[in-house]
Amino acid sequence: MTGAGVVLLTTFLASSVEAIEMVIIVLGVGAARGWRSALIGAAAGFAVLAVTIAVLNVALAAIPIGPLRVIVGALLLLFGLQWYRKGIARVAARGLAGMGEEAVEEEDIPASGMDWVAFVLSFKGVLLEGLEIALIVVSFGLAAGQLGLSVVGAAAAVVVIGAAGFALKGFVTRIPRSLLQLIVGTLLTSFGTFWSLEGLGVSWPQSDLDIVLLLVVYSLAAASYITLERRRIHETALEAA
Amino acid sequence: MRLAVSAVVGVARFLYGFVVGDDWTVALAILLALAATGLLVTDHISAWWLVPFVAIFMTGFSLRRSARKRGPASF
Repeated sequence: MTGAGVVLLTTFLASSVEAIEMVIIVLGVGAARGWRSALIGAAAGFAVLAVTIAVLNVALAAIPIGPLRVIVGALLLLFGLQWYRKGIARVAARGLAGMGEEAVEEEDIPASGMDWVAFVLSFKGVLLEGLEIALIVVSFGLAAGQLGLSVVGAAAAVVVIGAAGFALKGFVTRIPRSLLQLIVGTLLTSFGTFWSLEGLGVSWPQSDLDIVLLLVVYSLAAASYITLERRRIHETALEAA
Repeated sequence: MRLAVSAVVGVARFLYGFVVGDDWTVALAILLALAATGLLVTDHISAWWLVPFVAIFMTGFSLRRSARKRGPASF
């Protein structure tokens, strides 16, 4: 493979990892709370990102990404834990049944107008991951002296992963709401934990692969809590009878 | 003026719901765990496990507290 091919492939693969995280957040939030606000949030994130890139250009490398990771990660973690907890309680109490219109009112998702929670979650996910992709492009492209090819590799990654996410949209929408809330809560909690700790200076031994480890740990904990909650609900029902 | 006040109150409510939600003890424990991790990392102590541990523990604590408060039919 030529030097140009290596630059293209490396930036494509490195950017794909960040793009997957970006698409998972938008996909999960869109399916759980509504597509309109999630997609507007993602578009706003891309717009701010484009302006930032246009203004700063190669000076992007000077952006302190650590503090940004701590703030965005902590917010995702705190919000993700709310859904994680509610998802566990609802799956334990109602199984995998959909929750319908009653749940929409209960969760305070506006029936019309902007859902700012979905907007902010998508916006932050796109902005942080987009900035990380931009940093990959600038640092790798400048080091290899192939900035243009780096941009092409990263843009291709965002388009390919975004298209894959769009293709999965129909499937994700069919998942029962109680389970979807638990899945998205687990994802946001895992990403939030990873980013906030990375921003604080924790070095993850397997880099981004440790997000998978966090997902497994949080999923196992959720499964244990669902079992315990079901047992408690069953015992309460027996006592009441 | 009234519009500005209601906008500020609206934003404050949104931020509180987004960050704290329905159980402030979880939010507080996570923020303390993050602060403790930051301190441990500056002393070169490996502390990646602290936040996941606190998150999982506080989830169990909050579920139990919520069940005691409202009963099983409230979820």
